[in-house]
Amino acid sequence: MKYDSIIIGGGLSGLTAGIRLVSAGKKVAIITSGQSALHFSSGSMSLLNRIDGRQVCDPLQAIATLPPSHPYQKIGVGNIHDFAAEATMILRRAGLDVEGSPEAHRYCLTPFGVWQPAWLTVKDIASCSHPSRCTWRKAAIVNFKGYLDFHPGYLADGLATAGIASESYEIELPQLAALRKSCSGMRAASMARILEGKAVSDLAQAIRKIKSDADVLLLPAVVGLRSDAPANLLASLVDITVRYVPVIPMSVTGVRAEFLMRRRFESLGGAYFLGDSVNKGNFENNRLISVNTVNLGETPLRADEFLIATGSFFSQGLVAKPDAVIEPVFGLDVVQSEKRTSRCDIDFFAPQPYMRFGVVTDSRFRVSRNGSVVTNLRAVGSILSGADSLNEGSGAGIALLTAVAAARQILQ
Amino acid sequence: MVCRAALLMKNNQSDQHYDVIIIGAGATGAGTARDCAMRGLKVLLVERFDFTAGATGRNHGLLHSGARYAVTDRESAAECIRENMILRKIARHCVEETGGIFVTLPDDDLAYQATFVEACRNAGIEAEIIDPAEARRIEPAVNPDIIGAVKVPDGAVDPFRLTTANAIAAQRNGAHILTYHEVTALNISHQRVCGVTLRDQRTGGSRRVDADLVINAAGIWGHGICRLAGVDVNMFPAKGALLIFGHRVNNIVINRCRKPADADILVPGDTISLIGTTSSRIPYDQVDNMEVTPEEVDILLREGSRIAPSLATTRILRAYAGVRPLVASDDDPSGRSISRGIVCLDHALRDGLEGFITITGGKLMTYRLMAEWATDMACRKLGRSEKCRTATTPLPGSDKSDKDAPVSHGKRHIIELTTDHKAALGRHGSMTPDIGLDTNNDALVCECEEVSVGEIRYAVRKLHANNLVNLRRRTRLGMGTCQGCLCASRAAAILGDELNDRPHALRDLCNFLNERWKGMFPVAWGQTLVEAQFSSWLYKGVCGLDPQLIPSGQGHTTETPTHPVANPGNPDRKNSEQ
Repeated sequence: MKYDSIIIGGGLSGLTAGIRLVSAGKKVAIITSGQSALHFSSGSMSLLNRIDGRQVCDPLQAIATLPPSHPYQKIGVGNIHDFAAEATMILRRAGLDVEGSPEAHRYCLTPFGVWQPAWLTVKDIASCSHPSRCTWRKAAIVNFKGYLDFHPGYLADGLATAGIASESYEIELPQLAALRKSCSGMRAASMARILEGKAVSDLAQAIRKIKSDADVLLLPAVVGLRSDAPANLLASLVDITVRYVPVIPMSVTGVRAEFLMRRRFESLGGAYFLGDSVNKGNFENNRLISVNTVNLGETPLRADEFLIATGSFFSQGLVAKPDAVIEPVFGLDVVQSEKRTSRCDIDFFAPQPYMRFGVVTDSRFRVSRNGSVVTNLRAVGSILSGADSLNEGSGAGIALLTAVAAARQILQ
Repeated sequence: MVCRAALLMKNNQSDQHYDVIIIGAGATGAGTARDCAMRGLKVLLVERFDFTAGATGRNHGLLHSGARYAVTDRESAAECIRENMILRKIARHCVEETGGIFVTLPDDDLAYQATFVEACRNAGIEAEIIDPAEARRIEPAVNPDIIGAVKVPDGAVDPFRLTTANAIAAQRNGAHILTYHEVTALNISHQRVCGVTLRDQRTGGSRRVDADLVINAAGIWGHGICRLAGVDVNMFPAKGALLIFGHRVNNIVINRCRKPADADILVPGDTISLIGTTSSRIPYDQVDNMEVTPEEVDILLREGSRIAPSLATTRILRAYAGVRPLVASDDDPSGRSISRGIVCLDHALRDGLEGFITITGGKLMTYRLMAEWATDMACRKLGRSEKCRTATTPLPGSDKSDKDAPVSHGKRHIIELTTDHKAALGRHGSMTPDIGLDTNNDALVCECEEVSVGEIRYAVRKLHANNLVNLRRRTRLGMGTCQGCLCASRAAAILGDELNDRPHALRDLCNFLNERWKGMFPVAWGQTLVEAQFSSWLYKGVCGLDPQLIPSGQGHTTETPTHPVANPGNPDRKNSEQ
C-alpha cells in the first residue's frame, strides 16, 4: 500500500498532523497502538506556562527567549501565532469547542483546586480569564456518591483563594449503583459511559432539587466521552451554569478530544490503523522507503513522507534501558545523559533531566539515524528533545504546533 | 521501687508515671510493650517517627527457618526455628507458610549441601534433600540448571502487620503509645534513669515522662539513646540493600546453598518478590541517610537472576536498604561473620546506671524472644513475678478462628466475599470486622493492593496512621505496581477530610510521592521510569502540585498525637522502604 504520508502515533500530535495533511488533499495513514497520552491529560492545553520555574505572563514573548534547540525555536518565533490559530481551527472543526488565545492564559481549576494557566480550554471546563476576575460569586460543588477522584474540599479551598464562596453536595444516581457494586467501578470513563440520555435527565432532576443561591455548579468531568451532547443536554435541563473540573485520569475530556479528532481525520478520508504498531523501517540512502507493521506482517506500507509521533517514555516512544535510552521503532539518535545516574533528580518535584530526552532533529524536525539525517522522516510532539514540557507547561502546545509545522513543511 | 527524683518532678510538667518506658516502635519495641503490658506493667511505648520506620520496615520479610545461619551460627539458627514455629501460631495473619528451598547452582560446591543439612538438623531445622527436578516442579521460577536442592521450613512474614499487631496487643493490655515523639534526653538522677524527655514532632513541644525503668529498643538508633545516658554500646551498622519486583515471581522462598553472600535469598511477599541483600559497613552518622547505589542494584540483579532467571526481565518496583543493628564484637569489614545473636544489657551491672536496659542485636525473626528477655529483666528489676505468655497467646488479628472473621454487610451471608474484603482479611485477620466494610465504604482507593476507603479510615482512626507513609505501612497502600501513582491522591483527600487539615494532607502527599520516588530512583528504567513519568505528569501537571506553593497548615486539632511536621531530617520522607 502506498500513501503520500504515513504518521506513526495517533495522539494529539499525530492526529493534528494527519488532519492538516488530509485536509490538503494528501493520502494519509495513521498507525496507532491505541490509547494515547491524551487519555491521561487534564483536557486543557498549555502553550508555555513557565521558564526555569518562573511563571510566564505573555507566552508569545517568552517563547522568543527559549534556546535554539527548543522545538518552538525550530518552528520559528514568527510562526507561532499563525500556527496556534491554525491548530485552534483544527480542534474546533473536529468538534472540540475550545476557547483561548496565545496572547494570554486562561486559568483552570485542577483536581486539587490549584488555578493552572492554559492556552486552550474546552468550553464547559471550569475556567476563567484570571482568578481575580472570575465572575462567579458562589459555586455549588456536586459530587457523585462513592466517587473518590473528585475532591470538593480542595476545590472549595481553591475557589476561596479567588474570593469565591462554595457549598458541597452529593448526588446518588440509581444508574451509577451498578458501578458501585464493583469496588473499582466508579472511575471517570465508566461513569461517562452511563451518564447519557435518561441518566442525564435524572442528574438534572437531582441538581434542580439543590436549593442554592450559587451562580455556578461544578461537577467532576465525567460527562461526554464521545461528544458534548450529554453536557449540552444537562445544560438545557437546569437553570444554573454547569462547569466541569478535571479529575484523576482517565480523562473524559481527553478521550473525547482524541475521539473527535480521529473521526474528523477519517471523515476527511484518512486511513486509521488502530491497534497496530510499526516494527520495522526500510531505509535507502537516508530515506525511509516503507514500514512493516505487526498486523500487516510482510506487506510493507510505503509513503513519500513519514512522521513519527510516538510520544515520550509514557507512550513508549522512548524506552529507557539500564544503560541507554533508545527510540524503539527505528533506532533513531536520541539526546540523553551519558550516565544512568544523571538521568534523574532525587527530588520528585525538581526538574527531571530525562524529561528533556528525545530524538535528535534538524531545524526542520527531520530525525537522525546513525548520525545521518533521514530526509523524509520528521518527529513531532513529545518524542522531541530540547524541552521539559512538564515543567514548562508546553506539552500540548509543542504537540499541536510541531504537527502543524511539520505538515506545512511536507506540503511545501 | 519508685524513683524519688521523679516524684519531686511531679509538679513540674510531668503528669504521668509509668513502670516502663520503651523506646522504639519497631518489632522489638512493640513486642516488648506487648510483653510488659501482658505482665501487668504500666507501659509507655514511644517512637520518634512511626511504627516500623527503622530497620523493621526495611528487611526481607523472610520467616527464617534459621537454615541460613545453621552452619555459621548454630545458636541463632536454633532461636530462629523456634520463633518461626511460634509465629506461625500466634501471628497467622502476618505469616505466609510458603516453604523454602536452598538450591545449589552449577558453580556452587555441592559438597556444602551435606554440611548444611547436617548443621540444620543439629539446630533442630527440618532439612530434606530433594531431587532438583522436584525443586523445579514445586518452584518453576528457580534456575533450571540447579544441581541440588534442600527443602526447609522458610516462609514470609509481613513486618508491618506484625508490628502493628504487637502494638494493638500492647494497647489492649493498657499500654500507652506515642508515635512521632522523639526521646531528646534520658532523665538521670543519682546514677539512675528515671524517665525521658520527649519532643513532640508535631508541635515541637517538650515534656518529661517518668518511669521506674527505661528500655532502649531503638535498634541501631539505640546507640544514640545510650549516648544520651552517657554509656557506650558499640553498634555495628551494616547496610543491606534489596530490590522489589513488580509481581510474585516465585511462590516459595529460594536461597542459595552456600556460605551467606550477596543477593542469595528471593522471598515472595503478598503481591511481590524481594531479592536481597547486600552487606556493607556504613558509618553510624549515615544510618538515617541510606541510598542504594548503582553498584548494589547491579549486584542484586546479577546474582538474583542466577537464582531465578526471569528476574532479569521482570519489572523492578523499587530499591531500598536497611541497617542491621548488630553489636560490634570484632572488626570484620563485611559484618557477615558477626553473630545475629540477641544482646540484652542491664546497664546497672554493665555501667553502674540503674533503671536502664538495652535490648538489641537479634533480628526480626527473634523480636518476640528479644522482648521476652528484656521483659524478664525488667520484671526482675521491678520485683515482678509474672511469667511470659507471648509465645502462646495469639496476636490481635490471629486471635479468632477464621470462621468468625469474615463479616460482610452486617450479616453473615453465604456469598463470595469481594476481593477487597479478602485483601483486608489477609491484612487484618480477625480484626477485619472492625473496619466495617459495607457498600458505603468499600470503594477502592488503591487498586493494586485493593485497599478500600473503609480500611483507610479505619487505619487513620484506630491504627495511629496520620500520614500516607503510615497508611502504606498499615494497609499496603501504594506498595503495588503503580507505586502510589493513582491511589495517593485519593488517600490524601480522605486523610485531609479525616484530619480536617487539607493543607497538611497535600504537603504529605508531596512527601509520599517523594518517598515512593526515592525507591524508584536507583532503578529508573523500563516500566519503572514510565510509571515515574506518569506520576510526574499527573501530580505536577494535571493536579498542579508544587510543594513550594502549598499553604501552611491550620494546625488541626486531632486528638491523636501522631501528626508529624515536615522535617528535612525525617527518614520517613527521605529513605525508601518497601
